[in-house]
Amino acid sequence: MESSILSSILFATIVAGTPLIIVALGQLIAEKSGVLNLGAEGMMSMGAIAGFAISFETGSVWLGVLGGMAAGALMSYLFAVVVLTLMGNQVATGLALSILGVGLSAFIGKPYESEILPTIEAIRIPLLADIPIIGEPLFAQQSLVYFSWALFGAIVWFLYRSRPGLVLRAVGESPSSAHSIGYPVIRIRYMATIFGGAMAGIGGAFLSVFYTPLWVEGMVAGRGWIAIALVVFATWRPFRVMVGAYLFGGVMVAQLFVQGSGLEINIPSQFLSSLPYLATIIVLVIISRDQNTVRLNAPVSLGQPYRPDA
Amino acid sequence: MTSESGGSEALRLELQGITKIYPSVIANEDVSLSVKKGEIHAVLGENGAGKSTLMKMIYGVTKPDAGEMKWEGQVVHVENPAHARSLGIGMVFQHFSLFETLNVVENVALGLPGNPDLNQLAEQIIEVSNRYGLPVDPQRLVHALSVGERQRVEIVRCLLQNPKLLIMDEPTSVLTPQAVRKLFDTLRQLAEEGCSILYISHKLDEIQELCHVATVLRDGKVTGDCIPSEETPRSMASLMIGKELPVPEHNAPVELGEARLQLNRLSRKSDDPFGTNLRDIELEVRSGEILGIAGVSGNGQQELLYALSGEELVDDADSIVICGKASGRDNPDRRRVGGLGFVPEERLGRGAVPRMSLTENALLTAHHAGMLKNGMIQFDKIAEFARKCIDGFNVKCGGEEHAANSLSGGNLQKFIMGREILLTPKMLVVAQPTWGVDVGAAAFIRQELIDLRNEGTAILVISEELEELFEISDRIAVIANGRMSPAKNLADTNIDEIGVWMSGMWDQAAPAEEVQTNA
Repeated sequence: MESSILSSILFATIVAGTPLIIVALGQLIAEKSGVLNLGAEGMMSMGAIAGFAISFETGSVWLGVLGGMAAGALMSYLFAVVVLTLMGNQVATGLALSILGVGLSAFIGKPYESEILPTIEAIRIPLLADIPIIGEPLFAQQSLVYFSWALFGAIVWFLYRSRPGLVLRAVGESPSSAHSIGYPVIRIRYMATIFGGAMAGIGGAFLSVFYTPLWVEGMVAGRGWIAIALVVFATWRPFRVMVGAYLFGGVMVAQLFVQGSGLEINIPSQFLSSLPYLATIIVLVIISRDQNTVRLNAPVSLGQPYRPDA
Repeated sequence: MTSESGGSEALRLELQGITKIYPSVIANEDVSLSVKKGEIHAVLGENGAGKSTLMKMIYGVTKPDAGEMKWEGQVVHVENPAHARSLGIGMVFQHFSLFETLNVVENVALGLPGNPDLNQLAEQIIEVSNRYGLPVDPQRLVHALSVGERQRVEIVRCLLQNPKLLIMDEPTSVLTPQAVRKLFDTLRQLAEEGCSILYISHKLDEIQELCHVATVLRDGKVTGDCIPSEETPRSMASLMIGKELPVPEHNAPVELGEARLQLNRLSRKSDDPFGTNLRDIELEVRSGEILGIAGVSGNGQQELLYALSGEELVDDADSIVICGKASGRDNPDRRRVGGLGFVPEERLGRGAVPRMSLTENALLTAHHAGMLKNGMIQFDKIAEFARKCIDGFNVKCGGEEHAANSLSGGNLQKFIMGREILLTPKMLVVAQPTWGVDVGAAAFIRQELIDLRNEGTAILVISEELEELFEISDRIAVIANGRMSPAKNLADTNIDEIGVWMSGMWDQAAPAEEVQTNA
């Protein structure tokens, strides 16, 4: 009995952490190129409604995820045009993008408010899924959970083992140096930003298609902001992003468990609901105090516009 | 290529009528020059003469508006740096194009075409660096390297591509005299192997020692070609600035007065994890003398300046005594009231607020000099003061209401120097007084400093230009690795000794980074 509770808490933790991992890793790539896009919340919202609407209309989960990805990418393209081509302020543009995305998704989503999607069967990996306690959480998950792990592996390899990743880090550290040895800074930043948007779109679609297969206005509920904070507090390192995301997921599930257990406690539920946000930030701040790590991993040019002299 | 069989007479690079116009300035106008195979060709000119722009066009970073470039007899349009590198052109930048958070191999890999294997590349780096006497450790992170080592990384990166033309933009400004000699040996070896070198500099003695031919630029135009070995530094200087070079008069030492600045075992751990910690610095500057502090950049100059100006406070108030007052815990404004004047290294951002007018910038440090009345700004007075700075120091600008960032670097430096000097501080701390200033203005600024000393001000000058320190200082000390050497009278020392000291070797216990690795 007890082991099945543990198993289901673990299961729920991983599911809750998954959208954060996908979104935060996408933002990590964008930020490593020097672009700070605060619009994650808006891009996730658009990804969520696009994913839901397309899944609902076509009956295809995968067209829904693709649609969510496209919506996020389109939003980030809009952002990139403003900040990279028109040299707009990144912070202000990102905030505007968030507001736009949240509002626009509510508008588009009006007709879908009372609809739900069929629950999607998990993918069980034979034998491994039967291991006690960890079997179900790790090996009987939704496809996008597996995707988030693959994404993690791919991004670690890309950033630290591949040449394009090296170029990306170089652009984020010093765009002027990268330009002077001949790399197309603006084009690389476009690609990184759009990748970040696409991942935010997938993260949003995960929420509305897999996690809670329905559409509610405001359902992203600040996860876009947490994803951005995760990247910063994880000092731009993929592994710490993952740790932070699961920590958030874990505390989220634990506090829901406490609230739902009917235990006699006198803690206001609002406080419990805020715990995941607090805990994640506190833990990440504590593990990221070392100035050297921050300086070695932070993209120096983050948020600064760069105009190559022709 | 058959044209190469023409031997040393074959032209490797030929520029004809190159013109580049920026919105506010003509950077290059009808520039022509040609470089032979195996030739070390100097491009000489003051700051702002258009040398760097010209080199960037050869390397494909920017494109000319008019003119033609021929490479080994063929007309080429260099599209971008990668194209230039594929032709065989390599460039070592004045401000390095290195990435601090990456290691040496990764930095080198970024400048190479294709996708080189990093382990193999590390071996190649060691091989090339041994062959040319440029020791570098491929695995170290760049931020941990000294400036000299960084330059070696840049050079090695170029050499790995077997360049036929190597462009060096002001390469010696960051090196000790000993390291400069090493660099020259490397460059001569390269030239003997047939590589052509374009050597950008404003240092006349170096050009005389190293270069076969020189092309002189002034205001974006070629003012002449010469054979440096047949010229004197003075004759080249007049080609470069268009008039005779004034020489500052260093009057006989004036009588020394009381101590105006005393540092007593000044130690401070840098806030920057990659900064230099100041360790037990002892120093005294007295009224009527100029004390020069030499050193390779990054050895604690910046930290010392922050500690002196009050931008960063020290724990022990007594370790910094300004005009007899323990000031280690005082903020910059209180130190100024106490008689300190200060010219920082960064003009925009520290010396002046970029978008404020010259008048407002004058007020920032002069507000104690009767510019306020009951807390209100006396606008006519500050405007008058700003005009005095402009007129007295030949600042070329549109007027005192123009923004600080509309001035060229040299003119802004003159303005800031003027502002501080006209306040007649008891103690003046100056960092890089003539950095980026043209030769004529530099001579003027040095003269002003000497005049101020004659009037009894104590002056501390921190500079990376040894020639400058030897021209104006009464005593000279060296900062290396956050430690300060004893100060020597100018007559009792020479450039060679100070050069050795710059490696930290004024006593046996000190680390000797630069020279040891070169030996």
